[in-house]
Amino acid sequence: MAEICGLRDAVAAHVHDGDAVALEGFTHLIPHAAGHEVIRQGRRDLTLIRMTPDLIFDQLIGMGSARKIVFAWGGNPGVGSLHRLRDAVENGWPQPLALEEHSHAGMANAFVAGASNLPFAVLRGYKATDLTRYNDRIRSVTCPFTGEELAAVPALRPDVGVIHAQRADKAGNVLVHGIVGLQKEVVLSAARAIVTVEEIVDDLETPANSYVLPHWAVDAVCVEPWGAWPSYALGYYERDNRFYKAWDAVSKDRETFRAWIKRHVLETKDFAEFRASLDSAAAEAAP
Amino acid sequence: MSAPEFTTNEMMTVAAARMLANGTVCFVGIGLPSQAANLARLTHAPEVVLIYESGPIGTRPDVLPLSIGDGVLAESADTVVPTHEIFRYWLQGGHIDVGFLGAAQIDRFGNINTTVIGDYLHPKVRLPGAGGAPEIADQSGEVFVVMRQGPRSFVRRLDFLTTGGYLTGGDAREKRGIKGKGPTRVITDLCILEPETGSRELVVTHVHPGVTHDRIREATGWDIRFANDVSETAPPTETELATLREFLARTARAHGEGA
Repeated sequence: MAEICGLRDAVAAHVHDGDAVALEGFTHLIPHAAGHEVIRQGRRDLTLIRMTPDLIFDQLIGMGSARKIVFAWGGNPGVGSLHRLRDAVENGWPQPLALEEHSHAGMANAFVAGASNLPFAVLRGYKATDLTRYNDRIRSVTCPFTGEELAAVPALRPDVGVIHAQRADKAGNVLVHGIVGLQKEVVLSAARAIVTVEEIVDDLETPANSYVLPHWAVDAVCVEPWGAWPSYALGYYERDNRFYKAWDAVSKDRETFRAWIKRHVLETKDFAEFRASLDSAAAEAAP
Repeated sequence: MSAPEFTTNEMMTVAAARMLANGTVCFVGIGLPSQAANLARLTHAPEVVLIYESGPIGTRPDVLPLSIGDGVLAESADTVVPTHEIFRYWLQGGHIDVGFLGAAQIDRFGNINTTVIGDYLHPKVRLPGAGGAPEIADQSGEVFVVMRQGPRSFVRRLDFLTTGGYLTGGDAREKRGIKGKGPTRVITDLCILEPETGSRELVVTHVHPGVTHDRIREATGWDIRFANDVSETAPPTETELATLREFLARTARAHGEGA
């Protein structure tokens, strides 16, 4: 049953050291505000799960929050590398990072299996890739009817699923629309679910290509305007591509990265302050 | 009338775009494939159906998406479906004619690496990874690959097999139980390659205007071969070039990067 509460309280209550935490968003509705709160609260030893880890995973990895990531594509979309992810994998900084690496099809099926309360997912896939040499969780199963051999991956059942969505009503029913990715599967496959939203409204005014996550399927609903920034929330704001580009320089150097996180994340109390802090840094830099 | 001037990158995108027939259902990778597929849509193939892995089906973006899930893809699509549905119903379901992919490394049998340079466990360079490519390459009717050609990208031996092409050549792909035809076209900034009948080794079938065979050899990490009937790629038409340039300029303006 959804509790409408502050993000700080939701993370404190539901995200624990050592948890497997899925923070999804397929380039849309990426839960940046929630990721920052995990960094602020200093969670450690997390297994972070996402098909397409990008900047918020780079930040969590660079701050040593993660022991392992489960993923299929890790990059700065349209820009290039994730330097903190690369530093962790290539040099073990700030700590070694275990990789459980899949394809998109494998992970998408694994989330569906988790949401469906099945132990594993079956797919036609992984037929000609070295991923199977390094990930022993990609296995095969024989069809009992035809004898065909199919790929099998274990269901994803995160301890915590974290997503951002457009809005909720006062009961905590959550509306998601646009590119919905795996937002529903993440919430339903997870033991606990946190949803940040742009706003709480009286009437969801459900548009086309949308769905509603009922309040009883969610644990915490937290209002975080701009909570998916610098990614976008359809109907609210667009992707801020300047930040994606600027992140390349910030993240390239360990000390620059640490100083940035300290000033803008650790020394701010929430996402609104974080965004204000970036604005004042930009104003300082302006002539 | 003199032929319009063009860059090797423009030639690559135009040549790649021409591969997509009107009405084709195409699963589009981000970057160069997305550029080529949209150019096809804006020129000779207005009925091409573009599908992106984030969920948009039949999308008609007026500017290039920066990422695989930009809002412009959702807003201009016939429908937007959940990401798992793209892979389960539309790709695995057998509805895709062409998978259009990019790559960091490719070998002579059209096998692709987008995972690591160096050893997987101790990589020199960690690349983004597989994304949707392994299953796109397996399950699309055929695969087109578009990428720049150079000795570090056209390699004798892949550091990691992310996405299978013709594997060790011959009928190795079929023996692995893979249904899709595999990489039937590789389009680069220098030439077009196609798998040779029998061996399935990629051989040069079209050389872009002004490119010498030696330049292609120097840009390839294996002893590349040329088809007996190798021909010259037709240069970009004025319409193709104007459409591509206008599209890229519109994209730059939309993303606040100046014209």
